[in-house]
Amino acid sequence: MPSSKLDLLQGTLDVMVLQTLYALGPLHGYGIARRIEQISGDQVLLNQGTIYASLVRLQQRQWIAAAWGVSENSRKAKFYSITRKGRKQLAADAAHWQRLAEVINRVLALPTEGGAQ
Amino acid sequence: MNALLARIRSFFRKRELDRDLDAELAAHLDLATDENIRRGMSAAEARRAALLRFGGVEPAKELHRETRGLPLVDSALQDIRYTLRTMRRDAAFTVVALLILAVAIGANTAVFSVVNTLLLRPLPFRDPGQLVWLEDTEGHEGLSSLTFPVGVFEAMRSRNHSFQDMTAYNAFFGFNDFKLTGRGEPERWIGLPVAENFFPMLGVQPSIGRLFVKEEYQKNGRNAALLSHTLWSQRFGADPAIVGQSLTLNNQSVTVVGVLPASFDFGAIFSPGTKVDFYFPVIMDDIRRQGNVLSIIGRLRPGVPLASARAEFAALAPALRREHPEWYATYAARLSSLKEYVSGKVRRSLIVVWCAVGLILLIASVNLANLLLARSASRSKEFAIRNALGAARSRIVRQLLTESFILACGGAALGLLLAFVLTRYLAHSRTIALPLLQNVRVDGSALAFTILVTAGAALLFGLAPGLKAAGGGIHGALKESARGASEARTQGVFRAALVVSEIALACVLLAGAGVLLRSFLRVLDVDLGFQPGRAIALRIDYNRSAPQPARDAYFHELLRRAEAVPGIERASITDSLPLGENRSWGFRVQGKFYAPTDSDPAFVYVVAPGYLKTMGMRLLAGRSFTWHDTDSTEPVILMNEAAARRGWLGQDALGKMAVADRARRVIGIVGNVRETSLEEQAGPEMFLPITQARDLAGARLILRTSLPTEAIAAGVRAALRSVNPNMPVQNFQPLQQLVDRAVSPRRFIVLLVTAFALLGLLLASLGIYGVISYSVSRQTQEIGIRLALGASAGQLQLSVIARTLRLALIGIAAGTIGAFAVTQWIASLLFNVSPTDPVTFTGMVLVLALVSSIAGYIPARRASSVDPMIALRAD
Repeated sequence: MPSSKLDLLQGTLDVMVLQTLYALGPLHGYGIARRIEQISGDQVLLNQGTIYASLVRLQQRQWIAAAWGVSENSRKAKFYSITRKGRKQLAADAAHWQRLAEVINRVLALPTEGGAQ
Repeated sequence: MNALLARIRSFFRKRELDRDLDAELAAHLDLATDENIRRGMSAAEARRAALLRFGGVEPAKELHRETRGLPLVDSALQDIRYTLRTMRRDAAFTVVALLILAVAIGANTAVFSVVNTLLLRPLPFRDPGQLVWLEDTEGHEGLSSLTFPVGVFEAMRSRNHSFQDMTAYNAFFGFNDFKLTGRGEPERWIGLPVAENFFPMLGVQPSIGRLFVKEEYQKNGRNAALLSHTLWSQRFGADPAIVGQSLTLNNQSVTVVGVLPASFDFGAIFSPGTKVDFYFPVIMDDIRRQGNVLSIIGRLRPGVPLASARAEFAALAPALRREHPEWYATYAARLSSLKEYVSGKVRRSLIVVWCAVGLILLIASVNLANLLLARSASRSKEFAIRNALGAARSRIVRQLLTESFILACGGAALGLLLAFVLTRYLAHSRTIALPLLQNVRVDGSALAFTILVTAGAALLFGLAPGLKAAGGGIHGALKESARGASEARTQGVFRAALVVSEIALACVLLAGAGVLLRSFLRVLDVDLGFQPGRAIALRIDYNRSAPQPARDAYFHELLRRAEAVPGIERASITDSLPLGENRSWGFRVQGKFYAPTDSDPAFVYVVAPGYLKTMGMRLLAGRSFTWHDTDSTEPVILMNEAAARRGWLGQDALGKMAVADRARRVIGIVGNVRETSLEEQAGPEMFLPITQARDLAGARLILRTSLPTEAIAAGVRAALRSVNPNMPVQNFQPLQQLVDRAVSPRRFIVLLVTAFALLGLLLASLGIYGVISYSVSRQTQEIGIRLALGASAGQLQLSVIARTLRLALIGIAAGTIGAFAVTQWIASLLFNVSPTDPVTFTGMVLVLALVSSIAGYIPARRASSVDPMIALRAD
C-alpha cells in the first residue's frame, strides 16, 4: 500500500543519493533510484523522476560530477560520481542525521506515565 | 555562492540543458523497461510499469528546471510576456494609460529638475554654503538703496573678523554698454566690472587663459577682459586663439586674457534675465565718488555662523557711520546667504508648483487605479479560469502588479522624453527671469526621482486591482459575470470613493490655479503709468566729453532724423527705462528741515523733450521739457506724484524749488510709473532735462511707432547712421519686453499651475466618465427591463446624471474645504485677490459640476438608447 510508505523528509533524498554514490561508485539516475528503493526495502515513497532535481542540485553544489557513458547493457546513460567535496559533505550530513536519530530514539524511549492506552 | 552562479548559468542555457535532460530521462525509462522485460513482462507492460514508477515525466522536468534555474525570474518573464500580449490586445486602454502616465511623470520630472536646480542643489561655486550676500538697508526699493559706496566696502573688508574675504561688483553695469569696433559691424556688449578677488573668492577658474592680475586693477593700467562662455562660443566660434588678442571696446584697446567656463553664468545667478558678455577689472578710484554702486559678497570663515556675522556687522555699521558721515550710505548691512538671495524669492512659488504637479500624479494614479479596477472586473472570468487551472492566487496578484509596473515603466520612459524636451526648452528660454534656469536639465538625481515616483505610482494604482483579485473567489467570479448579477456592492463603493477623491483633488488644483490666474490678470491690468505697446528702445552712442551745447545739438538732430522715418510717430531719449536698470538720488525741498546727511530719495531719469508723450505717460500739472530749457535758462525738474507727496507732504509742489544735483524749479507733476515691478506701488521719481544734466547714466532712444519693428528697423538704422556713421544699431527692444520680463516668473508659475489644473480636471472627468459608463454597461439588463416596463429615455438619462452629480457634489464639498486651506497657504503669492475669492470658488464649482454632468451624460445617452430586447438577451 503506498500510504504505508515513508514520505521523504526535506533533504533526506540528497543524503541518500550521496551515500549511494559513495558506497557503490558511479551510477546512472535509474541505478541510483533502484538502489535507494532496494536498500530501503521498498519502504520509501519515491517517484523516480524526483531524483533528477536532487541530482542537478548536488551537481550545482559540486558535490557530485556527471558524465555521459555506456551502461552494462550498452545503453547510453549519464553517470554520476561523488566528488571530494561531496564526500566531506556526506560525512557532515551523516553525523547530523545520526545525532538526530539518536535524539528521536531517546525521546521516543521515554517511559509512559499512567500507562499507555 | 557557487550554486547561485550555477543557477544563473543554467538560466541562460535552458535549451541545451533541456535537451540533455530529455536524453537522460529517455535513457532512464529505457533502462527501467529493459529490466522489466528481463523480469518477464511484455514490452508494452514493461514500458507502462516503468512510466508508473517514474511518476510523471512533465512534473519531473518542471521540478528539475525549478531546482537548477531561477524560477522567480522565469515566472516574472512569463508575466511580462503575458502582459505585453494583453496590452497589445487592449490597445486603446494601453494608449490612454500610457499617455496619462507619461504626462504625469514627465511633468513631475521636469518640475523636479527645476526645483532641484533652483532650490535643492548648491550654487555652482566652491563651498557655496559660506557665501553671504550683503545689502544696504534703506526703506525704498531700487539698486541705489541696496548697494554700498567703495569706502564702505573697503572698510568692511579690512575690519571684519567673520569673513575670510569679501568681494564686489559694480551693480550699475547695465546702464552703459561697450561698443566693439574693428571687427566687422560695430556691436554692443555688456561688461561687468568686478573687484580683484571676485573670481578667486567664488572659486571660478577660467576654462582657457588666466584671471586678472594686480596691474590690471590699477588706474591707467593694462586693459583686460575675460569673455563669457556664451559670447566666446557664439561670437568667436569657440576659437581658443582669441586669448591674447586685443579688441577695440569704446575706442580703447583691451586684451582678452581668458574665457570663463560654461558653468559660470553671472546673469543666471545674480541678475536673472540679463546677460553679461564680458568681465573687466573695476578701478575702485574711478567710482569712489559715485555713492552707492557696489554689490558685496562675502565668504564666511569656516565654522562662523551667519548669525554671528550679522551681530558683528550690526556693531560695525554704526562705528563706520560715526567715522565717515560723508559717505552716502545707511551703513546698516543686511546679511543673507547667497542661496537665499538667489532663490529665496521664488521658493514659495516653486513649492506650490511642485505640490500641484504632485497632485497631478496622485490624480493620475487614482484614475489608473480606477481604469485597472474596471478592467480587472471585466477580466475576473479570466482570473477565475486561471485559478481553476491551478494558478496560485499570489501568482495572479503578481501578474496584476507586473502589469502595473510595466505600464508605469512605459509611462516613465515616455515621461522622461517629455521632461527632456521641457527642460531643454526652459534652459534655452531667455524670456523667463528666474535664476539658474539655464542650468536646468534632467540629471542623475532627476532620474532617481523619476524611478522613485514611478515605483510609487505603480504601487498606488496597481495595488487596488491586485487586492481585489486576491479577495475574490472563483465561484463568485465565474457565476457573477456568467449571468449578469448587478455589480458587487463593495466594489462599486470603492470605485466611487476613488472618483470622489479625484474630484476633490481636481477641486483643490482648480481653486489654486484660479486665484493665481486671477492675480496674474490683475497684475497685467495694473496701470503702469506708461504705454509699453508699440514703443521700442534702442541704445545709442554719444560723446561723453562733448560740451553741453554740442551734445544737445547732436541729440536734437538724432531725434529730428528719427522722427522723419516713415512709421515713427514720436522719438525721445532717456538714460534709463522703467522696469529695467534704475538708480536713485536724494533731493531736498528748499525750505524743509533735513538732518545733515538726510534727503528724500527718488529714482532719477534724465530725459529729452517729448519723453512723456513718447512713453505715453501722463502730465498731471504744469508743462514738460522743451529744447528751450538749456544751460542758460532756469534749471527745471519734473516730479511724479509720489515724489511730490513725499517732498512736499501734500502741498502743491508745482513751481517750488528742489535741490537734486542743483537747485531746480518744479515745472510739472507727472503720473506715477511702476519702477521696480508691476506689483509694487511706484516710488518717488524725478525727471531731469537732458539739456541741463551732465550726469547721464547712458542713452537710449525711445521710438513710438505705428508699424512693427522689422518695418522700421532699416529706416531707423539709416537715419542714425546719417548722424553718426559708426553707431551700432542692433537690439531693438520693445518696451513690452520689459513688462513681459518683469511678469515672467509669475507668468511661468501661473502657466504651470493652470496647465496642471486643467489636466487634473480632464483626468477627473475621465474618471467620472469611466465609472459611470462602466456601471451603466453592467446594468444593461436592468435598464432593458425598465425600458420594457415603460420607463422613458429621459427618466433613465436623468437617473444616471443624478448619480453622477451626487458623486461630483461629494467630491466638490470635500475639495472646497481643501481648496480653502490651500488658497490661504498661497495667500502671499496673490495680488489684489482674496484667498476666498468668490468668483474663483463659484467658477470652480460650476466648472466641475458642468464637466461632470457632461461626463455622465454621454453614458446616460448610450444607456437610454439601448434596445430592450437586445439588453435582455445580453450575456
